Amino acid sequence: MNGWRAYAAVGLGSALGSALRYLVSLASYATLGPAFPWGTLVVNLLGSWLIAAFAAHAALRVGGSVARWQPFLVAGFCGGFTTFSLFGLETLHLLELGRPGLALLYVVLSVPLWLAAAWWGDRFVRARHG
Amino acid sequence: MNASVGLVLMVAAGGALGGMARLAVSNLFARRWGTAFPWGTLAVNLSGALLAGAAAGWFGLARGGEVTGGWLFLVVGLLGGYTTVSSLSLQSLTLWQSGRRRAAVGNVAVTLTAGLALAALGWWLTGRPT
Repeated sequence: MNGWRAYAAVGLGSALGSALRYLVSLASYATLGPAFPWGTLVVNLLGSWLIAAFAAHAALRVGGSVARWQPFLVAGFCGGFTTFSLFGLETLHLLELGRPGLALLYVVLSVPLWLAAAWWGDRFVRARHG
Repeated sequence: MNASVGLVLMVAAGGALGGMARLAVSNLFARRWGTAFPWGTLAVNLSGALLAGAAAGWFGLARGGEVTGGWLFLVVGLLGGYTTVSSLSLQSLTLWQSGRRRAAVGNVAVTLTAGLALAALGWWLTGRPT
């Protein structure tokens, strides 16, 4: 899939992912409060897990229907669901609120967890495929 | 701030545009510099962090500004969907698994340090008292 079809699939997936990310962050504000950006942490973890799981699935079943859904699911949904720019803004916002410890905690917690989530998503699918 | 349908649609519309812009930039970098290193994702995340920082200063969110429809469309939707953590996680994991460990660590380290620095620069450029 290339050309305008790929753009349409990525645009649609990214719209859904972004809207869902916004709803997760509203839910995290409502339940856990605004002190820590739990919503963004959660979407970035889930998105990292999913993208690695999709990639492993596609790698194990070459040319299957998963490959056709790649632009929508991977660059579209996972790309729009996760966000680096808001992670950066939230870190700066914590610094600006005079919470440098919390800002540092947010960064040192996020990065290894993103990578671990991707690693786990990859392993999860590969283990199930034997 | 509540989860009204209109606000969710603002985020979705921005997310669609951001996702398509991310695809365009990734394709551009892949054509120009190949796919051995994820330059496209790096470029997207660094430019998105700078723009998000500039938007935060411009909208005056740090000074207790209200979350508006414009903010939801432009920052939460467009820039949130433009940047990505899922691709960063997957591509770093893939580099690591293919034995290119220095490239994997460098990708994460540069994204993180330059991304946070650029977000701070953007914020300072538009938000500083004149």
